[in-house]
Amino acid sequence: MGTAEGYDPAVWRQLSEDLALPGIHVPEQYGGAGFGMVELCIVTEELGRALLCAPYFSTAVLAGNAILNSGTEAQKSALLPDLAKGARLATLAVTEPDGNWDPASIEVVATPGVDGYLLEGAKSYVLDGHVADLLIVAARTPKTVGREGLALFTLGAKAGGVERRLLESMDPTRKIARIDFHGAPASLLGNLDDGAKPILRTLDQAAIALANEMVGGAQALLDSAVNYAKLRVQFGRTIGSFQAIKHRLADMLLDVELAKSAAYYAAQAAAMDEPEWPALASLAKAAASETYLQTAIQCIQIHGGIGFTWDNDTHLWFKRAKSSEVFLGQPSYHRELLMQRWGV
Amino acid sequence: MSKVNETEVRAEVREWLAANWDPDMSLVEWRSKLADSGWGMPQWPKEWYGRGLPHALARVVEEELSNVGAVGVAKSGVRLLAAATLLEHGSDLQKKKFLRRILTGEDTWCQFFSEPGSGSDLAGATTRADLNGDYWIVNGQKVWTTSAHHADHGLLLARTDWDAPKHEGLSYFVIDVKQPGVDVQPLKQMNGHASFNQVFFTDAKVPQENLVGRVGEGWKVAMTTLAHERRGADGLASPSKRGARVGRIHAEERAETEKANQPYKWYPQRAGRVDLVIERAKETGANRDPHMRQEIAKLMIMAKSAEWTARRARAAQQQGRPQGPEGSLGKLAASNVARAAAHVHTLITGTEAMLTGSGSPRDGIIAEILVSVPAVSIAGGTDEIQRNIIAERVLDLPKEPRFDTGPFRNVRKN
Ligand SMILES: Cc1cc2nc3c(=O)[nH]c(=O)nc-3n(C[C@H](O)[C@H](O)[C@H](O)COP(=O)(O)OP(=O)(O)OC[C@H]3O[C@@H](n4cnc5c(N)ncnc54)[C@H](O)[C@@H]3O)c2cc1C
Repeated sequence: MGTAEGYDPAVWRQLSEDLALPGIHVPEQYGGAGFGMVELCIVTEELGRALLCAPYFSTAVLAGNAILNSGTEAQKSALLPDLAKGARLATLAVTEPDGNWDPASIEVVATPGVDGYLLEGAKSYVLDGHVADLLIVAARTPKTVGREGLALFTLGAKAGGVERRLLESMDPTRKIARIDFHGAPASLLGNLDDGAKPILRTLDQAAIALANEMVGGAQALLDSAVNYAKLRVQFGRTIGSFQAIKHRLADMLLDVELAKSAAYYAAQAAAMDEPEWPALASLAKAAASETYLQTAIQCIQIHGGIGFTWDNDTHLWFKRAKSSEVFLGQPSYHRELLMQRWGV
Repeated sequence: MSKVNETEVRAEVREWLAANWDPDMSLVEWRSKLADSGWGMPQWPKEWYGRGLPHALARVVEEELSNVGAVGVAKSGVRLLAAATLLEHGSDLQKKKFLRRILTGEDTWCQFFSEPGSGSDLAGATTRADLNGDYWIVNGQKVWTTSAHHADHGLLLARTDWDAPKHEGLSYFVIDVKQPGVDVQPLKQMNGHASFNQVFFTDAKVPQENLVGRVGEGWKVAMTTLAHERRGADGLASPSKRGARVGRIHAEERAETEKANQPYKWYPQRAGRVDLVIERAKETGANRDPHMRQEIAKLMIMAKSAEWTARRARAAQQQGRPQGPEGSLGKLAASNVARAAAHVHTLITGTEAMLTGSGSPRDGIIAEILVSVPAVSIAGGTDEIQRNIIAERVLDLPKEPRFDTGPFRNVRKN
């Protein structure tokens, strides 16, 4: 977390080589473990609980799913094994400097050239964009608007015309970058006919994985608050014996349990490919975002002054809760999406 | 012993239904058959009107009954809380005397727990029971007793020892409500209905055989009743919407349901009627307002998450975890959902939310929601009490400080 890379390569190797986690949801023929969304979400929940700083969400969740959803057979065989092994880091670039998560707002243009495409424009808020080896970029073909003409493109991060800059950001546990493309050469991932579909599918899967990561984090904060309430003594009694604290903790537990149910249910629905799963992705993202942040706020409150210090780790969870709240679209965006997806 | 499986159970219940179900029987006659065969409550023990089946298979049986349109055993009101309590703590004589008539619907029950001086603090009951020969003689007052005006029997928590500490001086009885010493007076609620009552006991009699558990164990027995009540609160059974069924038995069931449900007519409204929200948003055009869309989504997210949480708790229970304090989480969630729903119904309805009666939105249902929701966070143990339970039993936080130890006689009271 303290380094420019933002993670510990030794831990990443362990997580990849010993536990094979980056490929947990990747089919075996592409070098993965062959599980699905539910198992991927169990992993993100645990990583969220531990607040692991590692390029997992970018490589496994965003890039891994983007390739699975969009790539041709040949591209999946070529790209996925390295990601599944953790040998190569990758990420997905969707949002641009305006911070809009609706792919319709994408302005980066991919112009067909002699040999593939040339990318022009800027992406921002790209998770681990500063360390990724492989970039997957959502862009549009020239002279298209809205959801028309969208597709995913891949290129090596060291390709010509790619300029990357680590952004100064509030959450030190997860790094984001801005990437400018000046006629950078890229290949089409999959085909142009699928349009925005694989992008939306990837974002919805990511929302569910993030919701599970967030409920893991929220549980850790709740545990920390409960433990502190049992230890800290004021007025001759532990603060956990005051009803104002007890009741707040009971409400926090209820909140966390409800958000967990939403996150688990959405993961299950996505794994079974139930028709309503994209709506549930938005439901779970909105629910978990609110709960994670509220639990973080209450956890700091229950810790009192020490909760506001740099030395107490609570602020790291708070900052992860804050960045997760807006990453992939804030709760109000997902509530609106939910209403639309339910046909209200 | 061979393990029972779903196919066998289905075959067996189908065969039994083919031989026994007849819509022209009388309701009680049919329910007696259900009780005696064990198909009415298949999850109950074999020796007591059940078949000892796991819950998952009991649902299979229910499905088969509903497939042929057969009426089930009586389940409304407090009767199943009474049954659960008797199954756990009752004597064989009590089980024999009461369980069957609970299932046939011949007897109606109520719960005499709350008193004017003790609601949240149930163990502070001062209604007294004194043993005199073969009878316990009951004097005192209960209040907020739902359905007492229809009830044949009441679950009574009364003090039998004033020198013992509060929780150890209570005993639990089944009392006959329809006797001269019991005076039931209806109380009108803020929503205009009168489903609860105040009840005065003046030398009312309880035969010794109706003591449930041992003398002084009343608190323990009451906890069983309450745990079942709280669990029920997260998914109050709504009346099934089966099509018009013909036959004497169906006519009798409709009449009985009408009567039994009379005190509970407004119960769906007190839960907030989340089911109406999206329809109402569409019919009023509120679904075009971005602010309302946000508020509706917030409510729906909470309601759905609560529903899935209840499902997770049930799944855990089916894997053998005992009935625990998670009922309190469900009850607290239900309060939050109901309040949020009342808020959203008001937003959607706007100025018209002031109107009541037949000309008002949804013929008064919306108004009834708004004035019924406050009951949810009080009845069956207040939200604050649920939070205490969750904090102490789930999170293992310190218990409330006590000011009511020592002989009950000396404890400060209202
Ligand atoms: C619709 C309805 C139906 C009912 N049906 C029945 C029935 O059939 N049978 C029956 O026996 N009872 C019934 N009740 C009664 C119900 O169980 C009680 O009203 C309830 O338990 C609260 O008790 P109380 O009214 O005495 O309020 P109190 O206990 O006096 O509570 C007043 C306030 O103090 C708070 N408070 C109390 N103790 C604590 C504490 N330790 N910590 C924090 N806050 C506290 C409460 O939360 C509440 O806000 C019914 C009530 C309603 C509304």
